[in-house]
Amino acid sequence: MSFKLMDWIEQRLPLMEAINKHVTQYPAPKNFNFWYVFGILASVVLVNQLLTGVWLTMNYEPSGEGAFASVEYIMRDVDYGWLLRYMHSTGASAFFVVIYMHMFRGMMYGSYQKPRELLWLFGMLIFLVLMAEAFMGYLLPWGNMSYWGAQVIISIFGAIPIIGDDLTLWIRGDYVISGATLNRFFALHVIALPLVLVVLVFLHILALHEVGSNNPDGTNIKKPKGSVAPEELSKFAFHEQYTKKYDIVDAIPFHPYYTVKDLVAIVIFLIIFCGVMFFAPEGGGYFIEAPNFEPANGLKTPEHIAPVWYFGPFYTILRIIPDKLLGAVGMFGAIIALFMLPWCDRGVVKSIRYRCTAHTVNLVQFAICFIILGVLGTLPASPLNNMIGVVASLGYFGFFVAIWIYSKNEKTKPVPDRVTGK
Amino acid sequence: MKKFIIAVLAVFPMLVSAAGPSMQLDAANNDLRDKASLKRGFEAYINNCLACHQLQYQRYNRTFADLGISDEDGLANYMYTGEKVGDHITNTMPAKDAAKWFGGAPPDLTLEARFRSPDWIYTYLQSFYVDESRPFGVNNKVFKDVGMPHVLQNLQGVKTIDEHGNLSEATGGSMTTEEYDTFVRDLTNFLEYTGEPNKLERESLGYWVIGFLFILLFFAYLLKKEYWRDVH
Amino acid sequence: MSNAPVNNGRRRFLTAATSVVGGIGVVGVAVPFIGSWNPSARAKAAGAPVEVNVSKIEPGQLIRAEWRGKPVYVVRRSEEILSGLSAHDDQLKDPQSEVPQQPAYAMNAHRSIKPDLLVALGVCTHLGCAPTYRKGDFDQEVAGVKDGFYCPCHGSKFDMAGRVFQNVPAPTNLMVPEHSFPNEDTLLIGVSGGEA
Repeated sequence: MSFKLMDWIEQRLPLMEAINKHVTQYPAPKNFNFWYVFGILASVVLVNQLLTGVWLTMNYEPSGEGAFASVEYIMRDVDYGWLLRYMHSTGASAFFVVIYMHMFRGMMYGSYQKPRELLWLFGMLIFLVLMAEAFMGYLLPWGNMSYWGAQVIISIFGAIPIIGDDLTLWIRGDYVISGATLNRFFALHVIALPLVLVVLVFLHILALHEVGSNNPDGTNIKKPKGSVAPEELSKFAFHEQYTKKYDIVDAIPFHPYYTVKDLVAIVIFLIIFCGVMFFAPEGGGYFIEAPNFEPANGLKTPEHIAPVWYFGPFYTILRIIPDKLLGAVGMFGAIIALFMLPWCDRGVVKSIRYRCTAHTVNLVQFAICFIILGVLGTLPASPLNNMIGVVASLGYFGFFVAIWIYSKNEKTKPVPDRVTGK
Repeated sequence: MKKFIIAVLAVFPMLVSAAGPSMQLDAANNDLRDKASLKRGFEAYINNCLACHQLQYQRYNRTFADLGISDEDGLANYMYTGEKVGDHITNTMPAKDAAKWFGGAPPDLTLEARFRSPDWIYTYLQSFYVDESRPFGVNNKVFKDVGMPHVLQNLQGVKTIDEHGNLSEATGGSMTTEEYDTFVRDLTNFLEYTGEPNKLERESLGYWVIGFLFILLFFAYLLKKEYWRDVH
Repeated sequence: MSNAPVNNGRRRFLTAATSVVGGIGVVGVAVPFIGSWNPSARAKAAGAPVEVNVSKIEPGQLIRAEWRGKPVYVVRRSEEILSGLSAHDDQLKDPQSEVPQQPAYAMNAHRSIKPDLLVALGVCTHLGCAPTYRKGDFDQEVAGVKDGFYCPCHGSKFDMAGRVFQNVPAPTNLMVPEHSFPNEDTLLIGVSGGEA
């Protein structure tokens, strides 16, 4: 009986076909390591943010007068409201930890290189939208840091020549950050940007499945049709969408092998996540910042205004440039540089394993500089901090310049034909 | 490569200390599980603080339930007449007048312990000293030029400050140093409680959830290992 | 690649075991989402019992209280009204209050604890409008009955014990909430104590 129902549906909407193509008969490289876990973790966090976000909206009051009190109402009067709130706030920070790791994997294994440039671009768009989403979400508790953080970031748009002041007035909807700003950020944060995010994630995965995943060795598991001896082919059944065009090696179907492996990864992630959420939800003052336990007060600036930790690197780059407009340009430039990575890297070898030593050094120094920039973003400005910031920024931008230079005639190691056991 | 990493790591402590001098605070060492302490702190708050400082996010009945006070007992001993047990803990001080009298409206204290930290409150209440130049004759080492008078002066007594910024012992109060210390610790404990009444429940639930996740991890790992025998 | 045969039994067991434990986890995660829909402390505080001072109510007078967001009519009934209640029993849909619209202690001729005090929700049992108290001119609606409640929305009629008349849209008698009298002067709406 149920199989007939499945046939009826299948004739009208090819569900089983889609599941085969993308899950049960989808060829994934068999050598995915730790770094490959962050995509699925990002999806888990996204679902968490969506669910807890909707539930928070049921009791949150998006007005200047009521927002702060409504958060305390959720924390105290709503059954389990405190848990929903902490799931959401911890999730926000977890999202960026996961995304930064996810992006770094792409950089290490050359997952942005041809034919995955569009995949990388979709990813960067998701990152951009995620930053906007997080920024708007942070205003909603209407704490004092929410207020002043928004005040500072929105005034960056004032740096744009000619239209700057009108633009900031238009964004705020008022002469200062006010309930007008809060209400529009609420609408964007709850509906508009999440929709955009979900669509982009869908496109991101579609683009991935079109070309297939990269892997830590950077080898291609899809060989030209007919070029591989039958006994070398993967012994699993893959969808003809792939097998009619390619001979597939070193691959395993995504389900059950990666569903089962990802489950382990997800549980380990949840253990760490819950450890933070249940025992240190304020994250040492970095996930929920202390000044935010005071309501927004336009007449009282917190001792030290800092953006939330995950904006740190870009905020530092903004700060070390003493000119308002150039600082803003620098900050956006740091993000644009990431967009351009597939074209800055002129090499053809993908994985760090087979590229020159300079590339390894370059990647490591980039990571270190990014972390230093992040730490500096949480600290007050000082001559010493500024100096370190300049050096770290040079390291950050230098990554893109350096790779453009050495990737042209790079001394690479021979790339194996098949994945290695590592 | 290694040298580079070491050099970077050496820089880190400099970065952290570049955060600026942090106020020297005494450790409150309060214990949220000590209900007797919380009850004393609650009583101290009602008697000494509530007249000026509201706890507008905290309800009476929630406080009674968490501290182990019955509603009848609570109504009789902790509440002003006319209020219901389900009400929030508020006062009738008009904000505008308060701003005039004190230079600024006395802030609501429900979340003060999360905003400042329990150690801050504990040290603050110990750090009032004589300062004739101030409107109420006192200043505070933790909160310079604070608008608040030393409400607990009759309990603690009076401290003076020397030219190096050191505070003297308190003299003339009805409590000994140890008694006042306990008193302030109880108050701090109570305010840490009001900042997050769910804190103990949160931690206890955390043990259960993480314990469960380890059990799930055990099965998930075995399942993964079993299936991946096909691959290796 | 392991060449050992696939142990389907073990696979099935481990899959089942993991699914069961995982399922428990899913139920656990659902708890805060479903639980957060329960009435919050604010709703419970607003729904708390309400005290009303009844010492000053004159015979024939109606006062309105509010309980759980709904109006409560408290009426002092005179001897005349009380004795006249049974006269129009044949014009009522549920003269003996058989439909449970009242607590057990109000299932009597006067539908209340104290005969002279009616305590009923001022919510028409048709679609929820607040019926108007018609003192002295209710006989315009029902011949021979001097006092009663007339609902302006669709014309439902109730007598001075809150009982619904026939041939009106409202199906049942006005609801009598749980109530009690902690002392002579005080009515407590929302809490039963039920003395005769």
